[in-house]
Amino acid sequence: MDAIQHQRAIQHLFWRAGFGASPSEVKKAMSMSRLQLVKNLLRDSSNIKLLTQVFDAPAQDLKNMRQAVKQNAGGSREEMRDKLKLMAQERRESISSLNDAWVAQMSNVAYAFREKMTLFWHNHFACRSKTVGFIQQQNNTLRTHALGKFGDLLMAVSKDAAMLQFLNNQQNRKRSPNENFAREVMELFTLGRGQYTEQDIKEAARAFTGWGFNINGEFVFRENFHDDGLKTIFGKSGKYKGEDVIEMLLANPKTALHISTKIYRAFVNEKIDETHIEAMAKRFYHSNYDIADLMEYVFTTDWFYQSINIGAQIKSPVEYLAGLQRIFNLDFVDKTPVLYTQKILGQVLFNPPNVAGWPGGKAWIDSSSLLSRLQLPSVLFRNETINVSVKESGDVNEERLIRKNKFEINMNWQAFSHSFESIPDAALCKTLASYLLQVPINDATIKRIENRVATPERSETVKQLCISLMSTLEYQVC
Amino acid sequence: MKRRTFLKKTAFTTAGSLLIPQFLKAYEQNHLGQNPLNHKILVVIQLSGGNDGLNTVVPFRNDIYYRERPSIAINQNNILRLNDEIGFNPALEKVKELYDNGLVSVINNVGYPNPDRSHFRSMDIWQTGSSSEEYLSSGWIGRYLDAQCIGQSCLPHQALEIDDTLSLALKGHQVNGLSLLNPEKLYRQTQSAFVKTLTDIPAADNHDNIAYLYKTLAETVSSAEYVHTKAKVNKSRMMYPTTELGKSLNTIAELITSGVSTSVYYVSLSGFDTHIRQNDQQDRLLRQYAEAVNVFVNDMKANSRLDDVMVLTFSEFGRRVKQNASSGTDHGTANNVFLIGGPKRTRPILNEAPDLTNLDNGDLKYSIDFREVYATLLDDWLQTDSTKVLTQKFNKLPLF
Repeated sequence: MDAIQHQRAIQHLFWRAGFGASPSEVKKAMSMSRLQLVKNLLRDSSNIKLLTQVFDAPAQDLKNMRQAVKQNAGGSREEMRDKLKLMAQERRESISSLNDAWVAQMSNVAYAFREKMTLFWHNHFACRSKTVGFIQQQNNTLRTHALGKFGDLLMAVSKDAAMLQFLNNQQNRKRSPNENFAREVMELFTLGRGQYTEQDIKEAARAFTGWGFNINGEFVFRENFHDDGLKTIFGKSGKYKGEDVIEMLLANPKTALHISTKIYRAFVNEKIDETHIEAMAKRFYHSNYDIADLMEYVFTTDWFYQSINIGAQIKSPVEYLAGLQRIFNLDFVDKTPVLYTQKILGQVLFNPPNVAGWPGGKAWIDSSSLLSRLQLPSVLFRNETINVSVKESGDVNEERLIRKNKFEINMNWQAFSHSFESIPDAALCKTLASYLLQVPINDATIKRIENRVATPERSETVKQLCISLMSTLEYQVC
Repeated sequence: MKRRTFLKKTAFTTAGSLLIPQFLKAYEQNHLGQNPLNHKILVVIQLSGGNDGLNTVVPFRNDIYYRERPSIAINQNNILRLNDEIGFNPALEKVKELYDNGLVSVINNVGYPNPDRSHFRSMDIWQTGSSSEEYLSSGWIGRYLDAQCIGQSCLPHQALEIDDTLSLALKGHQVNGLSLLNPEKLYRQTQSAFVKTLTDIPAADNHDNIAYLYKTLAETVSSAEYVHTKAKVNKSRMMYPTTELGKSLNTIAELITSGVSTSVYYVSLSGFDTHIRQNDQQDRLLRQYAEAVNVFVNDMKANSRLDDVMVLTFSEFGRRVKQNASSGTDHGTANNVFLIGGPKRTRPILNEAPDLTNLDNGDLKYSIDFREVYATLLDDWLQTDSTKVLTQKFNKLPLF
């Protein structure tokens, strides 16, 4: 294997198990074996840093808050309206700060792998809530179990207030079952479509009756709402409760196959290889759904490093952003771009389009998102203005983005270019390309980029070359 | 640094012309001169989340309806009556106005065999035009574009979605539709020398995704230039509501009256997933819908384009007959579909009202396959061969 191929393979691991790596990290990793690198990843991933942006109790439920304001409003209607407005603004700001905090955490070397897994589960257990405390709580649930046993993760998420609220299980009662939760647990979280009947869903919904949450966001089993009659699910009959259904779902190997397929598509290639996925599913099932074990297996197989898999993914908007932080070691001093980029490129954390999550792959790219991606490096690194407006959803509770003309980032180009000190001028552009791009780029493009950059200062040259290389179509994949 | 200076400093030396594949150029020359007035236009409005059809077109004489929906049924006195059996939800007042002028068709009980109650799957089925057992990766409008492009080149703007992202409905095998919120903005974005240069040099890598990125960029640049050149940027004289749908229909009206050669426009209104406290949400959304469509239709009329423009409104499924414990409704099956605009109606209510005494496990039974609606629109409105698009033959409905 030649040096560039070896370097790309190392970067491949860093991209898939995290959000890329800085050139100096890549250099350091070049002398280590793949196995050693994977072991290091797993060792570092024992670090769990929970998000703690929201201090209020999860009970800061919008409905309760509104009621409280109405009850306490001794004054005029205007006064009440102002208070409600202020409340909505505070809520928006705390969701923003939660978003900022998560993206910032992705850039930390020690947390990258766990954060990448948390992001994967965030898309798998896609959920929205207007109660900020619930959002943070659920995100930390995903983080805590991200590399543990899938069964524990599934049970914890299923009992999480945000999910119970989002899928209306709070309204699932004996006398009138609400099937939303039971349906999505089977269709999206475990078995996948077509592995169950409508009758299984109806009966499972009965088993989940009584599952709910209290004002503090804690799971409660409300006995009075529970249907304790006989249910027949997957051909077996019993007085099943929700926990029994979860167990039955895990006992079915189709669950291992469904999750393995999603992991393969997210971490290896959108185009599936059934042989590899079957091997993953078998191992996953027999390890009692050990997520860390499955990921270690994937990252140490030879097929993971085949060139067909390197650079085969279109970066998600969050990977794009987190990748900038990791490769360039940059800070967003003004956090506006963090949210703004997510909005214009179509992936806002904590705001998936629906319970099926973001479709990903080619769906990240349409005419307008592609154009925005090409402009972004100039906008960020040259303090340019981006001329794209974010679509408002029409929902009064949705976040509105205050547009700013300039973004402020903290980026030390001198330190970055230090890694390339020994590279002769003639090889500089090509060398930078090898660190920034996971696929080969045409020599003619390299030439054009080289021709237009001519500054006496090395770090300025590095900066200009990087911006140009990042404005290419090749930079959009990892 | 000023924008102009920035562009100068970062511009690559280019050959001076737009370097895009030659077939795209040829397409532009062919189509810039054509007369779009011969073309019929379809505007699709998707109500996302599963709109409750029974509270939209209300069977106000039906005791079962009131019995099964004690707290969410629409009061008989408020119904906007269409005949002795059914009437519009009062929030559809502005659609009733169009109905009274002979511009609306109501199609009842539209669905498909073995209905799927998952939003995503059912939306997939409606957008791809598949049966509930098959999975397609292209949409019915995308395949309409494919069919139109046989023997000649096509560009994405023949089907436009007014949104940030492109729905599956507009994704074809050969051609994708184009999504834009505003033609002027899209054009400006494609004008940097840098963007143009990227389309000049071919990719060194043969990854599927890399090829897709290059193709998308070339087509975007070309389509943006066409729509911009063609569109007269004259404001509509009508006062559209300031809602998202109002703004989108305003954009569509301006493109239509400017003579852009787009055959299908697509726009979504979401929020219909009303598992709890349904009435307030549905009222607000139906009102937004009715107000925007009313202005749009009047705009087309004022511009003498109404005979060429048809609006199709659908939702991925209807709701259960019985309300749930939280004053909402759960996912159901068959639903009503509206056709608004075009020539005056011979049959404003196409078929029978839902039969609430003959349910399938609490759900309405469908009597018209949604693909019969598509087939009729494809053959008789868009003048294409529906069997090519839908891959099988469907009965046609007496819509025209």
